Amino acid sequence: MTPALALFVREWRIARRIGGGASVGVVFFLILVAVMPFALGPDLNLLARLGPAILWIAALLATLLGLDRLFQADHDDGSLDLLINGTPPLEVVVLVKCAAHWTASALPLVVLSPVFGLMLAMAPSPLALVAATLAAGTPALTMIGAIGAALTVSLRRGGLLMAILVLPLTIPVLIFGVAAASAASGGGAPFLAPFLVLCALSLAAIAAAPFAAAAALRQVRE
Amino acid sequence: MRLRAWDLTIERGGRRVIAGLSFEAAAGAALIVTGPNGAGKTSLLRALAGFLPIEAGGFALEGGDSERTVGEQAHYLGHADGVKAALTAGENLAFAAAMLGGDSSRKTQLAALTALGLPHVVDFPARLLSAGQRRRVALARLLVAERPLWLLDEPTTALDAGAQTALGDLMRAHLEGGGILVAAVHGHLGLDGARELRLGVATEAVA
Repeated sequence: MTPALALFVREWRIARRIGGGASVGVVFFLILVAVMPFALGPDLNLLARLGPAILWIAALLATLLGLDRLFQADHDDGSLDLLINGTPPLEVVVLVKCAAHWTASALPLVVLSPVFGLMLAMAPSPLALVAATLAAGTPALTMIGAIGAALTVSLRRGGLLMAILVLPLTIPVLIFGVAAASAASGGGAPFLAPFLVLCALSLAAIAAAPFAAAAALRQVRE
Repeated sequence: MRLRAWDLTIERGGRRVIAGLSFEAAAGAALIVTGPNGAGKTSLLRALAGFLPIEAGGFALEGGDSERTVGEQAHYLGHADGVKAALTAGENLAFAAAMLGGDSSRKTQLAALTALGLPHVVDFPARLLSAGQRRRVALARLLVAERPLWLLDEPTTALDAGAQTALGDLMRAHLEGGGILVAAVHGHLGLDGARELRLGVATEAVA
């Protein structure tokens, strides 16, 4: 087994087992979407109009919620030492860990988002496109979050600090994500332009964030 | 192969824990780092593994792989075991082997665990293991991937007498195979001919 594959399998197993936290994001997503109709009242048109924004905010918060332990769990039990002195470069380690984290916690959000969209009274036909915007945008959230997770790796309860550090960087993703999702569910605005910007943001984050996060891990750990 | 450190100076939180330390360890040599609490034993080992920045001086593994850092040619075993509680002992070892450039086959895992007297826990989740058993799983990592330098920080913690003997055998085999060992200990490690590197308590360190 190659080191990268072994790391992916390990991360996946830990996330799926008891206490792994992969389902936390989905449950949080469900809670937010489920309480929203109660808070906004029985106006279905309003709910449908806000639907894309609610889905995207839920996805953003659910992603940030699960990311604070990305490196901290390994830091606490000493296995980060193993990752740093392993054969693959730390940048690859960061990328693989993010890929596993995205597969275990963000992909279920993407897959379930049409169901949640129905709960928000959105029209059924564009829900696949809304899910596509989430699939295109959540990798950027995970990768940007990884930088924050690396910077706060040695801090107890660094989750909130990480959210504050990372939130400004995720705003463009949120803006273009909601723009694309709103366009998909009607409104006349073009869908393709914001969707492509979303894809670009994700690709840029995948390319740059591993280097930033790896540099942070090397610097911050003592 | 030879581990050489010259004028090594390490600071922690503004305090100079190790100042101007120089030492050498040739292939097959064991270096036992001793000293009271706070003398910088862990700092020294973590610096050698590449986890701590050094203020001055340097260290190198002469005759090693020049493409890799010293840490990438070393096994580092610190106070934290690095054993994932959610995974079984075997999965932990398979991952460590793949990561450290070793053999992740089940046969190797069983052989490594047998050497430490724990072959029966290979499919046990690590969270069900006792502290000593978990420590032994961590020590089994030394056997699933071959690396010339072993940096062991208090390796005997939580080990019973039998496991300490097994660890002694492993270390002797490693040294006979031309490996280098740097270990920080308080107690007795049971290695004949090991040199002692005694660290002082204050800012001064004596080689």
